[in-house]
Amino acid sequence: MSTADRLPRLLALVPYLMSHPGAQVPEVAKIFGLTEKQLIDDLQLVWMCGLPGHTPGDLIDVSWDGGEIVIDNADTIARPLRLGVDEASALLVALRMLSEMPEFGERDALSRVIAKFEQAAGEGAAAISSQVAVEVDGAVSDALPVVNEALRRGRRLSLRYYVPGRDEITPREVDPMRLVVVDGRSYLSGWCYRAEAVRLFRLDRMLSVEVLDVLAAPPEDAVPDEVTPGVFRPSPTDELVELEVTAAGRWVAEYYPCEGVEELGEGRLRVALRARDQGWLLRLALRLGDTGRVVSPPSLAGAVREAAAAALNRYESVS
Amino acid sequence: MSRRKTERLLNLVICLLATRRPLTAEHIRQAVPGYDSANDEAFQRMFERDKNELREIGIPIEVQKDPWEEDPGYRIVRQAYELPEITLEPDEAAVVGLAARVWQRASLAEAASGALLKLRAGGVETDETGGMLGGALELRVDTQDPAFPALWEAVRDRHPVRFPYRVAAGESVLTRTVEPWGVVSRRGKWYVVGHDRDRQAPRVFRLSRISGPVVPAGRPGTVTVPEDVDVKAMVAPRDEGPVQRRTAVIRVREGACQGLRQVAGAVRPAGEGWDELEITFADPERLAGWVAGFAADAVVVGPPDARDAVIRRLKGVLA
Repeated sequence: MSTADRLPRLLALVPYLMSHPGAQVPEVAKIFGLTEKQLIDDLQLVWMCGLPGHTPGDLIDVSWDGGEIVIDNADTIARPLRLGVDEASALLVALRMLSEMPEFGERDALSRVIAKFEQAAGEGAAAISSQVAVEVDGAVSDALPVVNEALRRGRRLSLRYYVPGRDEITPREVDPMRLVVVDGRSYLSGWCYRAEAVRLFRLDRMLSVEVLDVLAAPPEDAVPDEVTPGVFRPSPTDELVELEVTAAGRWVAEYYPCEGVEELGEGRLRVALRARDQGWLLRLALRLGDTGRVVSPPSLAGAVREAAAAALNRYESVS
Repeated sequence: MSRRKTERLLNLVICLLATRRPLTAEHIRQAVPGYDSANDEAFQRMFERDKNELREIGIPIEVQKDPWEEDPGYRIVRQAYELPEITLEPDEAAVVGLAARVWQRASLAEAASGALLKLRAGGVETDETGGMLGGALELRVDTQDPAFPALWEAVRDRHPVRFPYRVAAGESVLTRTVEPWGVVSRRGKWYVVGHDRDRQAPRVFRLSRISGPVVPAGRPGTVTVPEDVDVKAMVAPRDEGPVQRRTAVIRVREGACQGLRQVAGAVRPAGEGWDELEITFADPERLAGWVAGFAADAVVVGPPDARDAVIRRLKGVLA
């Protein structure tokens, strides 16, 4: 935390200590994201401050003997500063987004919380939070109620799952661990018995899904998958592929996480990306037609041309 | 911020909160340690800067100028400063914890965690483990577009903005001047909607196509959001009337093209290791992009425009 954040922190720290008498140094340090040494330094600073006059009776009294923090004579700043517009809006925008989630079970709590924060935040934040919105319609899918039920009841799921990269449909049994909604799209993180590992499944790629009458029992040390931006997760060991796209093919850079995007003029781009599946790249290159071409590796460029030639051949024979 | 300055500002806050009647600058100079050693001019500069810094972190400093007084008086009104009393039921606390995590990878992460810290400092227990939701649900929104923070600020402060924008086809970059009405995330993409001053009409812009810095183009408070505006509706795909849907006949190799088979209305054997699918489509180019990806495993038999679109793409690859 930079020193510029120090005053706001102190104005939260003092009220925290007032409302949690006897709080322990390690616990408070953790909550405020500080080392114990930094926290003590904050306490020492607070101890130098107080009401005008600055006689011992005016100063804030704070001690941390044996790690237990006791604060007194700080009534003037006993309450935290109200929420700033950004702070209140960040919460309200997120709460409103939750309220749009289909199947969200805590609707009642949600509307009570929204009302409380709107009141606490004042008009500014309430207005912004209606102007900044996150749509979750992409999260809606037929699979959602079923996945939710399995999570709620702790049951195993049986699904048929489509992997576009390999153009493959596989049956899977999955012990659901967590429903993750990223940028309005829903994923199930769970223990996949086929992969014998934690896997992410996009709900809109579940061709069918049913709850089995089997208790979900993911291995105890299994952790829900981290969903990274784009959820595309190429690994650094995947081969780096370079494409050149024309203005009409620029959408590639907008839709897929690229490692490098270089402007070539006239709207053309050179993009570098990694993908686990060569099949996916081949499909992408064919789809691009004359709006993009593979620059490297040459082997992929060759494979794309061969595939296109073979496909054209079929058009000549099938009519 | 130096330690000495933090101390001075904290003492200033306490002083202005403790006083019932507004204090003149001269009063404050006597009362707050740290100002006393400065000469008149240095004090004025310091005091101005300090007031600004306090306002920047959201501390409301009231300035009172009475006709019979020569100098203005300053104070902080407690009700305007303090976080109002908020209590959260356990289910509400869980919802707030969930909402605060929405931004964990986004530019509002700091605002959200700042809000939580203030709530906790005020004795409000939030539940960051997901609590009764069992940690089974996680929602996240990413704001990777570099333009996001500036547009959030513009919406918050209601000022117009100017930015370089790449038109859809991508060849050219034009400068746009926009009165922003809102920022919306839809399917993982952020959009800004507002009044386009150049075209004198409401418009939607994609943040990923903003190709340079977003700068203010007017004073705060000068943008009025029309009352009947629904920012989310502006971003939703336009209903362009009934689209003409047609049926394409596509031959696919047995066992291949799982993706196409999933959406096929009818599948029948066509002999010699091929199946024939019927797929409804609206835009032949979209269909062609998809089918071309399957290379020699899929051949559009008809209608002719869809068939030609695929052939054109494949020839484009070889061009």
